[in-house]
Amino acid sequence: MESQAVYFKDLFSKNTKHNTAEYAINPFSVMVRKEVADHIRSWRFIILLVLVLLTFLGSMYVSMESLRSVVTNAKDPDRLFIYLKLLTTSDGTLPGFHVFVSFLGPLLGIALGFDAVNAEQNNGTLMRLMAQPVYRDNLLLSKFAGALIVVGVLFLSLGLLMIGGGMIATGVPLEPSELLRILGFIALSIVYVGFWLSLSICLSVVFRHAATSAITAIGIWLFFTVFYNIIVNLLVTSMAPDPSNMLPDEALSYNKLFLNLMRISPGQLYTDGVTTLLMPSVRSLGPLTIEQMAGAIPAPLTVKESFMIVWPQVTGLIAATVVCFALTYYLFMRREIRS
Amino acid sequence: MENPVIELEGLTKCYGSVKAVDNLFLEVGKGEIFGLLGPNGAGKTTTILMMLGLAEPTAGVARVCGINATTHPIAVKRKVGYMPDSVGFYDGMTALENLKYIGMLNGIGEKEIEKRARETMELVGLGDEMQKKTAAYSRGMKQRLGLADILIREPEVIILDEPTLGIDPSGVRAFLTLIRTLSRQQGLTVMLSSHHLHQVQQVCDRVGIFVGGRMLVEGNIESLSHNLFKEASYVVQVTLREQFPPAFENELNNNPVVQKVSISGNAMELSCSEDITPDVVRLFVEKGLNITGVQKKEFGLDEIYQRYFENNLKEQVSNGKSGGLFQRSFFKKYKA
Repeated sequence: MESQAVYFKDLFSKNTKHNTAEYAINPFSVMVRKEVADHIRSWRFIILLVLVLLTFLGSMYVSMESLRSVVTNAKDPDRLFIYLKLLTTSDGTLPGFHVFVSFLGPLLGIALGFDAVNAEQNNGTLMRLMAQPVYRDNLLLSKFAGALIVVGVLFLSLGLLMIGGGMIATGVPLEPSELLRILGFIALSIVYVGFWLSLSICLSVVFRHAATSAITAIGIWLFFTVFYNIIVNLLVTSMAPDPSNMLPDEALSYNKLFLNLMRISPGQLYTDGVTTLLMPSVRSLGPLTIEQMAGAIPAPLTVKESFMIVWPQVTGLIAATVVCFALTYYLFMRREIRS
Repeated sequence: MENPVIELEGLTKCYGSVKAVDNLFLEVGKGEIFGLLGPNGAGKTTTILMMLGLAEPTAGVARVCGINATTHPIAVKRKVGYMPDSVGFYDGMTALENLKYIGMLNGIGEKEIEKRARETMELVGLGDEMQKKTAAYSRGMKQRLGLADILIREPEVIILDEPTLGIDPSGVRAFLTLIRTLSRQQGLTVMLSSHHLHQVQQVCDRVGIFVGGRMLVEGNIESLSHNLFKEASYVVQVTLREQFPPAFENELNNNPVVQKVSISGNAMELSCSEDITPDVVRLFVEKGLNITGVQKKEFGLDEIYQRYFENNLKEQVSNGKSGGLFQRSFFKKYKA
């Protein structure tokens, strides 16, 4: 932990040297720096870090074990993307790392943001900050940026660690397209955590008690991971007639409806996106007809094509993040702060 | 007043149908220490928040150093140091780190900050405790650290909301002396709100009594007491070794300036419109009475405060609402 803190100090003090002419650092970067330092020193983050590290090591171990059989499986068009395989392979005992992230990401985002504003308000430090010549939005922005920097560094270092470890273990050089896909996966994961982060910051503005906002955020998360699936399933099956006497077109449209409803859940968007990025042979996220498949060679897509497929998902996630953030602004900017 | 530093013009703030601050006019000049006095819930904090642009006034303008606080809060906050009534710090950081954070938010460079923070900590008397975590700080120490927060920024105006809350008497004295010294040395304008009259009395050049969102009276303490206790400006208390002889008050009542005499046992309280203490003493000596003590009573804020609230309370009971006739008539009288 110490070394990371030192790293950040150096990182930011470089900025300072740029500004020596003004002889002062801009308040926003002072605030971000404090946020990052706070997160790194907090027990909360250390616990989450350990959790993420453990799942990372566990899933890496499992995929390393089964890597040989996967790579020699001639039926799999993706078999030569060793590093992608490292991220996605599982032998059924432990899910792959990307599944873990889709599960732990929300927890990470919620844990870093649920008491962002209300804890400051309850401690009386919000009033103290607001009496300083800083803009109010700088506070929100620094909360968001600080946590996102921490998460970003965490994911990026995990990703690079995985690549480095894979290189040592297998000796296979890294394809540029693989690197791009892995970086895309990391970026998407950061955006996904960013969504939950901005949601929990929003809740921390709405609720005055940190516990209430934490419970609400976890409630929303559970709703989307557990209940939402069931509800959509029930809804679509109750609407649709008996599948045995349905026309193929009808079946297709119901299937599409089901998928589109599922995509309201950010977790689904993330899973869709990650699957496409990490499995180059995935061509579509919906059902394909025989006509559409006719003439297609079961070969991996190029990076650009994969990105084209996930683009709507990424846009959706970013849009959801922005909506949450805008709502936070709206609620916070004109609110009267009293201790 | 020429170029007032704080200028409130018809400032009004409504919460729903409740008027927290009602058409407030106030001017505070440079270098002045102004005390905003009032009971809890009088609207003091709301007024202060509006001066800092942290609350939007329903009507009226608050200007600090000639800058409109509502439209340009950042420019105002650059000039004003504000200490909230319950000042909080980041418990995970040491006092010095807390102070440095605030200093850096105010644009003090990294080279300078360490030195300035240490100097400021020495100034407020926390030199030995600056490496402690603020979680271990006592209330009084936090208050001093709050003052350090303000001083490190070198403001032109200091606004303190209930600065003496929760500090022991000697701490209060030291705190207020420090504020007064700083104000005199550096020409700082200070505004402090309180419901502790004695403390305010010690340091303020001028006070305003603020009740139910209105400024009832403002002025220095002498003029306030003169206005409020018109009918009984001077009170003399005399104590004798023995009991007063019977029907003694008739003799005093003959004097036209004497308004009220009350005797209980060996003590007497005399209210009069002129200062006749020497005459009274002479009279007593002529009568062969053994005086053990003569005391001229000064009216402090306590009396002013009490007197006002007694009246206001009666008023409320008889009118069934606050802000009734007395307030208005009193206000008029004062204005005239």
